[in-house]
Amino acid sequence: MSIMTYRQALHDTLRAEMLRDQNVFLMGEEIGVFDGSYKITAGLLAEFGEKRVRDTPIAEEGFTGAAIGAAMLGLRPVVEIMTINFSLLALDQIVNHAAKIYGMFGGQAKVPLVIRTPGGGGQQLGATHSQNIELYYAFVPGMKVVAPSTPADAKALLLAAIRDDDPVLFLENLSLYNTKGEVPDDDTPAEIGKAAVTREGRDITLIGYSRMAHVASQVAEQLAASDGLDIEVIDLRSLRPLDRGTLIESVKKTHAAVVLEDDWLTYGIGAEIAATISDGAFDYLDAPVRRVAMAEVPLPYSKPLETAALPSADDVIGAIRQTLDAVGHRRR
Amino acid sequence: MNTPRAATPSGAAHGQHLLTQMLRVRRLEEKCVELYSAAKIRGFLHVYIGEEAVAAGIMATLDPEDAVVATYREHGHALLKGVSAGSILAEMYGFQQGCCRGRGGSMHLFDAATRFYGGNAIVAGGLPLAIGLALADKMAGRSRVTVCFFGEGAAAEGEFHESLNLAALWQLPVLFCCENNLYAMGTALSRSESQTDLAVKAAAYEIPAWPVDGMDVLAVEEAARRAVDAVRGGGGPHFLELRTYRFRAHSMYDPERYRDKAEVARWIERDPIDLLRATLEGAGRLSEAEWAKMQRDVDAEVSAAVEFAEAGSVEPVDELLRFVYSEIRSP
Ligand SMILES: Cc1ncc(C[n+]2csc(CCOP(=O)(O)OP(=O)(O)O)c2C)c(N)n1
Ligand SMILES: [Mg+2]
Repeated sequence: MSIMTYRQALHDTLRAEMLRDQNVFLMGEEIGVFDGSYKITAGLLAEFGEKRVRDTPIAEEGFTGAAIGAAMLGLRPVVEIMTINFSLLALDQIVNHAAKIYGMFGGQAKVPLVIRTPGGGGQQLGATHSQNIELYYAFVPGMKVVAPSTPADAKALLLAAIRDDDPVLFLENLSLYNTKGEVPDDDTPAEIGKAAVTREGRDITLIGYSRMAHVASQVAEQLAASDGLDIEVIDLRSLRPLDRGTLIESVKKTHAAVVLEDDWLTYGIGAEIAATISDGAFDYLDAPVRRVAMAEVPLPYSKPLETAALPSADDVIGAIRQTLDAVGHRRR
Repeated sequence: MNTPRAATPSGAAHGQHLLTQMLRVRRLEEKCVELYSAAKIRGFLHVYIGEEAVAAGIMATLDPEDAVVATYREHGHALLKGVSAGSILAEMYGFQQGCCRGRGGSMHLFDAATRFYGGNAIVAGGLPLAIGLALADKMAGRSRVTVCFFGEGAAAEGEFHESLNLAALWQLPVLFCCENNLYAMGTALSRSESQTDLAVKAAAYEIPAWPVDGMDVLAVEEAARRAVDAVRGGGGPHFLELRTYRFRAHSMYDPERYRDKAEVARWIERDPIDLLRATLEGAGRLSEAEWAKMQRDVDAEVSAAVEFAEAGSVEPVDELLRFVYSEIRSP
């Protein structure tokens, strides 16, 4: 066990996988000479050379497609897209090609591709540079989408993503790169599609992923101290496949849930989770599933507006209180 | 190129005008860096220091009715298109007195009134928009020109190629201005393009194109005048490759390990402001007193802009949900 940052865990895992498997190689903008826009790939060009650490021009559609083609012939490309915002320029290759090739051609060619990319708002980068659009990929059969919130998961899920035979969008988060945590020394991959119950409780279930998994934990701690609430927290870790079983089991126990998401409300991940709970635990629910999400606007640059638009711990606490009021009303 | 060579205005007044324009951009950018360090400006900040001759030379040839589209390194373009320094700075402060009410920030300046159709923070994202503006003008029979600025890094994107082709195919009144500062973040042109002669790329689309010394504002202006006149005269799209250099980091965070200090120093020797100043002084067209006054005036403009921004206020949070959809119906 060692303590390290999320950034370090990603870096070390990439390096270890490149040492383990000659077929693993990296592509992306500024990952080599520049050491990575967020320094995840620092030093890897020097160690592995240009053949396996390929700096690309600003051509997201082109190099993502190239990675898909290389993956079809058995290589294991790990593509870095500088931020998830720029993945929009590669949308065709990801959705129409990476996600379709295996199924549409009757299982003849696999696409063992990983696309690493950070999302995240809250840094005053404005509307084009602050989006959380992992949902676009989680919508598509054929894609897997994972979203680690801790350094340990960054490692375990990246190992899993690289060793997986299908295309995986690996969601990082700008605000998590410097967070620290314990990381096991052994290289056991996570199971993609498995959520984690990061805190057990009986009163209500909080569900989040990536940055919002942290907000959920903080709120749970805070309300345990202030109100004696016993809150269960689930970190989704994987958006597709979605671990419906863990969600349903939790709500069967707590009878209420609040979903936290860092993207827009309408048609969001929270809607899918609410539907899942309503399908699988309707008879156990004592209140409607509430969602806490971003305001439905292009994210403004102005700090007060940006802060107001993003979901906050206070918004979550408000949603918990409303939900518990409704529960109390039902149980009365 | 057989378009007639248009006369470039000469004389002391015009030379001094170009010098003033470059100095305005330089001082505004220096102020931005200072304000960023003081945390008044947040987010990403990309400055244009070293590249001023490009915007100044090209803008000098435009009419107010012409349109401009630029990148995230666009403070200077906005200023020279006529957006006030105050509203640019207020925007970067995130204040409602800013050109986009504080919603856009440094990378997303925009001012419809001066036909400055935006900074654009998506590499190559401005090119398709620019040809659309030009298309609308052409469809309405207006003899306006749309000028689209973008970095050489954009030439790797599909949007660049699609836009050049469409512009040429439809003979749109657009001037593509490729600001070739040799690097896209840490990537040297030769590491990102198989064909590093960018004019050749444009020529492949049948677009008249030629390179220009982007540190020499007079050369930029002359080339731009020729190109703008041709575009305005119905000659279809034109393309200029402006050879320039950014003196500072890509943005505020960049250790600059991808280029050597000697190279930067060599380019700084050809500082576009120093070059023109020397030319004007040598020709007896700029006295010491005039230069001193020019600096005072520009400093005063920037100080006034800072004062304007400092006195600004944030848009009330209860307006957060505005501007998602049109508030006023088109007539
Ligand atoms: C589609 C897209 N990909 C990546 C980025 C990140 N990015 C911002 S600026 C930049 C370099 C652009 O270089 P260039 O076009 O030469 O313009 P310069 O910064 O030199 O003015 C990159 C890669 C982006 N903004 N948009
Ligand atoms: Mg450049």
